[in-house]
Amino acid sequence: MIVVLVEVSPAGEAVETSREAITFARDLAAAGGGIPIDAVVVGAPDDSLVTVLASYGVRRVHALTGPAYDAFSGAAWATGVEHVRASAGAVVVMASGTPRGNEVLAHLGARAGVPMAANVVSFGGLSPFTVTRQVVGGAALEEMQLSQRPALFTVAGHTVEARPADAPGAGEVVVETPDVPDADLVARVVSTDEPEPDLSGTLKSARVVVGAGRGAGSAEGFDDLLELVDLLDASLGVSRVVTSLGWRPHHEQVGQTGSRISPDLYIPCGISGAIQHWAGCSTAKAILAINTDPDAPMVTKATHAVIGDLHEVVPAINAEIRRRRG
Amino acid sequence: MNPLVCVKRVVDSSSEVVLTEDGQGVDGRFAGFTTSAHEECAVELAVRIAADQGGGATVVTLGDADAVEQLRSALAVGCTAATHVLVDAQSLGPADVARELAAVVRDHEAAGTPHQLVLLGNDAADSGDHQVGIRLAHELGWPVVNGVSTVSVSDGTVTASGSGPDGHETYRVPLPAVVTVLEGGVEPRYPTVPGRMKAKKVPIEERQPVAEPVGPARVRLVLPPPSPSSVEVLGEGAAAAPAVVDLFERLGVLAR
Repeated sequence: MIVVLVEVSPAGEAVETSREAITFARDLAAAGGGIPIDAVVVGAPDDSLVTVLASYGVRRVHALTGPAYDAFSGAAWATGVEHVRASAGAVVVMASGTPRGNEVLAHLGARAGVPMAANVVSFGGLSPFTVTRQVVGGAALEEMQLSQRPALFTVAGHTVEARPADAPGAGEVVVETPDVPDADLVARVVSTDEPEPDLSGTLKSARVVVGAGRGAGSAEGFDDLLELVDLLDASLGVSRVVTSLGWRPHHEQVGQTGSRISPDLYIPCGISGAIQHWAGCSTAKAILAINTDPDAPMVTKATHAVIGDLHEVVPAINAEIRRRRG
Repeated sequence: MNPLVCVKRVVDSSSEVVLTEDGQGVDGRFAGFTTSAHEECAVELAVRIAADQGGGATVVTLGDADAVEQLRSALAVGCTAATHVLVDAQSLGPADVARELAAVVRDHEAAGTPHQLVLLGNDAADSGDHQVGIRLAHELGWPVVNGVSTVSVSDGTVTASGSGPDGHETYRVPLPAVVTVLEGGVEPRYPTVPGRMKAKKVPIEERQPVAEPVGPARVRLVLPPPSPSSVEVLGEGAAAAPAVVDLFERLGVLAR
């Protein structure tokens, strides 16, 4: 059996990366001859969440409930997931490659003394159980053998497209209240500052992202870019050098140590396309690169490009949009 | 208060990545090396905490002889002591690294220089394992806070915060503890010339690994297949604007 840790949004919905992980799990389950997939969620799921998980092929939804789960603790979540894994006899535990997913599975790996593979993009075979994962920000891939049980891995975001199953699962709900030792609750969230939400959230979910790199020239060089952001109802994403220079805040950074984005259109302006940046934007559905260098990696990897200085090109685009709108 | 901060020498991947012939590692001979970005911030936090609490920050790395460069860099920005576990870092998996770091913590405590706080990067820029800090905490039996960008210490308690899925999250954990750091909460300082000079003179504790490595469960590294370039050049300079806006309309991304 495969257990998938599913993260639930404040609105009670299974987040996209978790649905992607279940989609990935289905391919694994099929390769194993139809292994059942169970989900673990924290908190009591409402009917619509269960219906969605069933539509993704989930046989059973294990709901971890009780005061130990009121605030996030990676160790406590790991105890809950391990309880489900052990009682169900699962041989594989998966999560999405989010901070929560990686943290919880790392606790499981440390406790069981087995490897954990982060950011897996494919599996190579079941015997031996081999997965391939992203390293060096996706510039290289590592094949790993997860021969010990349980096999633990997280799925890199946007590796697969989340899609419901051809045959839905039963979606039976099992409420679980496993004991959580006090030691697991020492490191738990004591407050969540809602007036200052995750500022990168809009960037990660934006349909269009306008990117800017060193080519912006200065902190004052963003006026035209911000106008384009406004005209496209987009978000601004910047390269690491821009935040290092203090031109823009870190929560706008796209890349290996910033946000990973997957918009319908990414418009990197004056960004050469270093590996660290590419790691954060490579899953964009379309990329329009604006750069003076036609051989820049961002240009050669893009779907569309304009060769030129962003300070000439972007104002002209803004003017053209305004002109067509009358 | 003498925090321990762990750094890793990694290939500077701002340019093309080349693998070693045996496919077991990244060849950095032409690209150069650096310290993982998250760990640069962890060093800055360790130095600040040590200054605030009265004490010195110790930096530790596991790697071959060349990794001393990363230790000297940390010493140049304010760490006061350094420990070097001389080992082929590519032969280590996350569990091996955690075990070696735990041995350093235990030995320093036995020698009278305990570390009540250990700071690490949330994940290394090369291996991206996301688990050394957690495995270290399990080795030591300490609590661990993961993926935070600000860390402070007061009255025997670590307060750490970072961005979470529901907002800005705060943890408060009693010492001793392990904390893994994400880039973004602090600006790492640049070394001064006097700082560099001073760093050259700091004696570095050299150690051998305490155990045979289990290894990273790696079969091999491979490069992703190059995707054939299919870029459509829409034009040059400002003259390309109409074609760009045509593209926006085609993709349906123009806001109304």
